[in-house]
Amino acid sequence: MSMQSLPTPEAQRTGPRRVRFPGIGAGHAALLLALAVVLVGVLPVALSGRPYWLNVLTNAAVLSFVSLGVWVIFAIGRVNIAQGAFAMIGGYTTAILSTRYGVPFWVCLPLSAVSAGLVGALIGWPILRLKGVYFAMVTLSLTEAVRLAFLNGGEVTNGASGIVNVPRPAGIDSPLAFYLFAAVLLLLGLLGVLRLATSRLGWIFRSMRQNEELAASIGIDVSHYRVLAFSLCCALGGIGGSFFAVFHQNIYPASYSVQDSINFMLYCFLGGLDYVLGPVVGAFVLVIGFELLGELQEYQSLLYGILMIACMLVLPNGILSLWPGRRDTAKAEDGA
Amino acid sequence: MSLLAVEGLTRRFGGLVAVNNVSFTVEAGEILSIIGPNGAGKSTLFKVIASFLPPTAGRVLFAGERISGLKPHRVARKGVVRTFQETTVFKEMTALQNVVVAHHLRLRAGALGVFFASRLAREDERRFRDSAAEILDSLGLGRVKDEKAHNLPHGYLRALGIAIAMAAQPKVLLLDEPFAGMNVEETERAVEMVRGIRARGITVLLVEHDMSAVMRISDRIVVLNFGSRIAEGTPAQIREDAAVIEAYLGREDETIGH
Repeated sequence: MSMQSLPTPEAQRTGPRRVRFPGIGAGHAALLLALAVVLVGVLPVALSGRPYWLNVLTNAAVLSFVSLGVWVIFAIGRVNIAQGAFAMIGGYTTAILSTRYGVPFWVCLPLSAVSAGLVGALIGWPILRLKGVYFAMVTLSLTEAVRLAFLNGGEVTNGASGIVNVPRPAGIDSPLAFYLFAAVLLLLGLLGVLRLATSRLGWIFRSMRQNEELAASIGIDVSHYRVLAFSLCCALGGIGGSFFAVFHQNIYPASYSVQDSINFMLYCFLGGLDYVLGPVVGAFVLVIGFELLGELQEYQSLLYGILMIACMLVLPNGILSLWPGRRDTAKAEDGA
Repeated sequence: MSLLAVEGLTRRFGGLVAVNNVSFTVEAGEILSIIGPNGAGKSTLFKVIASFLPPTAGRVLFAGERISGLKPHRVARKGVVRTFQETTVFKEMTALQNVVVAHHLRLRAGALGVFFASRLAREDERRFRDSAAEILDSLGLGRVKDEKAHNLPHGYLRALGIAIAMAAQPKVLLLDEPFAGMNVEETERAVEMVRGIRARGITVLLVEHDMSAVMRISDRIVVLNFGSRIAEGTPAQIREDAAVIEAYLGREDETIGH
């Protein structure tokens, strides 16, 4: 259809824009650098005498990291409410390997990613055929199923008593050291997911979210990439779980509840699903916000809940949608 | 040997026989249309040929190889690529991004190469960008290539859907109602576009409602009614076919008052 005679006004306004897949754009690189300066340079100095707040930030950083995984699965159009289960799998992997077999943490960490990723692939293969609320409900029950599995794991998991005295990683023994470790982990995770989102893989994921049948018609093996996205998501959860196991030096079946899985998803929603940075902003705002409301004692949870509802009503596209012009310029969708 | 052979294809949905023992062949380089009144089973037949639905019985051969029962992406890899009715495109992407993504089958780099932006992956993307721009230009979409697809008018979307399919380098292109909802002028352009595709050596199989466009464009026509093949031949033969006239006149009776 030669319809050159009908150029839309928008076409003339926007002009040529490059489609870029390789590397990450200059905008994203600058963003990561700025974040690195704040996380690793400014915050540790500013909070040097306050280990409590360092711990809060450590929590926020690793919770963001785990939520990045949930963001990846959002990218293919699935809502994962099982991320707590995969953090638990990673946590137990590290706890069991390090307490029973003396495996050093730096070996446990990647193994936790692998174990969570593998379990994710096995479970994901059948359930990823489900969409929308059906997939979400199955993952929700998965959190509970995995908790029960660890609770009844006999000698391997030590039941409700969990595994305690998980050794700390060599060289990391102060709140500051843990914080720096968490910050570096988050930056690496962010770099990886940004790269994923701007690479062709991210575009394949996006094409699947927008229309799986159309994606299949151009030769994309939809079920293969669905499992790939899900096991990446779970591996990130496993790494986070491994971190928390050595950070708290223990893990119990009660360490991750359905509520935690829901939180990981909430961070993504609240930060903004359109932005790779969404889960990070969501997690930091919610975790720090909860601590700041601590002054209010018994009203803490009430006000926290009200604020969360207000946030969703006022900013349905997430906190990051406040950023002027971001939606079209810097969001990962455009690969800018 | 025919490029595409449909042999005894049957598709049931519960008690309903949507496609009933249909056979025909498509020769390389021709434009073959499948027509029929509403509910004749055209869409079901189309989906079974493209392997988006498995047949209940019978088979589809492409270049002598069975493709029915394979997953859709494998059929696309072999060179049988379908389009969709209406305006199925990746709506949140620009026209160019739509077609660049659709070059998937030509990707030489592996997943890790893509992630780490290997030289091969960067070369791939450069090639895809050039080729996508070329495809869009050839279908008259060059000027809107940086427009988000959901901002494009209908006529453009249909062409974009075809551009996406073309990026997959089909040997046989299956078009699902390419002229539906178009006015006379738009249909004329679309007919030219389909002829252009055939001129590139691509065999075209289309399912269509619009009789006049089909009569002008097709080398051969297969007519379905109630799931069965009732006629096959050149447009001139189909125009004279008693069974076809009856099927269509019957349909007109039914639609009186619309």
